Amino acid sequence: MPEPHIILENVHKSFGSKHVLKGVNVGVGKGRSLVVIGGSGSGKSVTLKCILGLLHPERGSIRVGGQEVIGLEGSALDQMMGRFGMVFQGAALFDSLSVWRNVAFGLIQGRKMKPSEARAIAIDKLAEVGLGAELADISPAELSGGMRKRVGLARAIAPEPEIIFFDEPTTGLDPIMGDVINNLIVDSVKRLGATTITITHDMASARKIGDDIAMIYKGKIVWCGPADEIDQSNNAYVDQFIHGREEGPIEIEL
Amino acid sequence: MHRYEGTTTNGIKRQRLPVTFLATIGSFIFSMFAEVGRVSIFARDAVIRGLLPPWYFRQLLEQIIRIGYNSLPVVGLTAFFTGGALALQIYIGGTRYNAENLVSSIVALGITRELGPVMAGLMVTGRVAAAIAAELGTMRVTEQIDALTTLSTNPFKYLVGPRILAAVITMPILVGIADIIGIFGGFVVGTSSLGFNYAAYIKNTTDFVQVADVTSGLIKAAVFGFIIALMGCYHGFNSKGGAQGVGKATTNAVVSGSILILAANYALTSLLFSE
Ligand SMILES: Nc1ncnc2c1ncn2[C@@H]1O[C@H](COP(=O)(O)OP(=O)(O)OP(=O)(O)O)[C@@H](O)[C@H]1O
Ligand SMILES: [Mg+2]
Repeated sequence: MPEPHIILENVHKSFGSKHVLKGVNVGVGKGRSLVVIGGSGSGKSVTLKCILGLLHPERGSIRVGGQEVIGLEGSALDQMMGRFGMVFQGAALFDSLSVWRNVAFGLIQGRKMKPSEARAIAIDKLAEVGLGAELADISPAELSGGMRKRVGLARAIAPEPEIIFFDEPTTGLDPIMGDVINNLIVDSVKRLGATTITITHDMASARKIGDDIAMIYKGKIVWCGPADEIDQSNNAYVDQFIHGREEGPIEIEL
Repeated sequence: MHRYEGTTTNGIKRQRLPVTFLATIGSFIFSMFAEVGRVSIFARDAVIRGLLPPWYFRQLLEQIIRIGYNSLPVVGLTAFFTGGALALQIYIGGTRYNAENLVSSIVALGITRELGPVMAGLMVTGRVAAAIAAELGTMRVTEQIDALTTLSTNPFKYLVGPRILAAVITMPILVGIADIIGIFGGFVVGTSSLGFNYAAYIKNTTDFVQVADVTSGLIKAAVFGFIIALMGCYHGFNSKGGAQGVGKATTNAVVSGSILILAANYALTSLLFSE
């Protein structure tokens, strides 16, 4: 069996005395979709940022396409980052640029595409996430939270990267738009053959998007398996999480 | 110190006070060196990564306008009033030794060598270092800088490089203009209220000022430009913790930028005029 496209082995990450990741082990096969579930503050976003090279783990190994990411620097890191797309939890739109320039950013800066050409693609991508061309020239500050999220999504998929991370793509969207985005993620995986990792709290979207589901709790993966086996996991953490029960092994810090 | 007041009843604890005091100074000096090290590494990365291709000309042009062109009114006004005040002071001081006719030449020297670059440097720090720190700090805490890297764009090249380059290019131009306006300020005061003759004042100035006086000021200006943009970028890049963190970064950028400019001015003066 070939090595998974992305593999994390025993990844540890602390902030000062706060030990956030305590040995994460997880892998995603090429062209597959992994959904990561887990409570707030369990280290989901930090895991993605470690893979992206934005945070530097103290221990462990992260390999993408067989290449070690931890410790990469300079242009080698730039090159590695160029293979990723990411939808940030808070959208992270560039507020000095118009909506279409945000979406076209990876095309113009990364792919050196002409602005006129990139604009047409940007408007197509906006349409895919349910936003009209009339929004293209306004500033991101004038958008609602859900719209910003969708622009962030369009921006991440526009350069057609080989790996895409979605950090809570449907949080803050109405259920119908949430489903549109779920379909879009499924579709971009199929069409682009992209490898994706999606973080979500929404079990409906996890079942729809995921080939595999991993559950993280207190900085460790407590369960990982095919999405259709999640109901028969026999794992107390998973059962508590997917049924949203207050009683169970998961300690709720209030 | 009041922390220890309640616990100094026995001799052992009383002895700790000077030790703690020294430890505080020690850790302050230690963290200062650490900060100097971090700034140096940031400066090295900024220069090496920021100046290698790909270049972002659009960004550079935008920054030249924002840093240079938009600073013109502030710098011009500062220079005008400084030149005027300088003329008054030298006149008042000069009459005591019958040396009033030195006004024009000393105004010119003072402005080109010292006051032009320093005043412009401090004013631009207040305007530009603060603006850069606030902008990049907001981009940092809203993850926009992280987003850049996932879109095949190195933030050092895209954000830091153009700002530093623009500041290094525009500061000498700003100071050149400030020199002219400052000397003009002295001229206005000298001819209108101190009774100097127009032609004599101008002749005195042009006879006395040498090219080296002006170029030394312009060299200082370029160094100050580097300091201003570096401090803005460094503090913005390293800001954390939301709006409060951005506010702190802005303050730190202005304070550290101003102090570094004054220190660099002293070092450059002793270097450039040491013959
Ligand atoms: N830059 C940072 N500095 C210090 N602590 C951090 C930093 N980033 C994250 N943390 C801490 O790491 C822990 C995990 O954060 P993370 O953002 O990964 O949570 P999450 O699982 O994505 O939660 P959520 O579902 O709420 O987004 C949190 O306790 C957070 O306080
Ligand atoms: Mg998160």
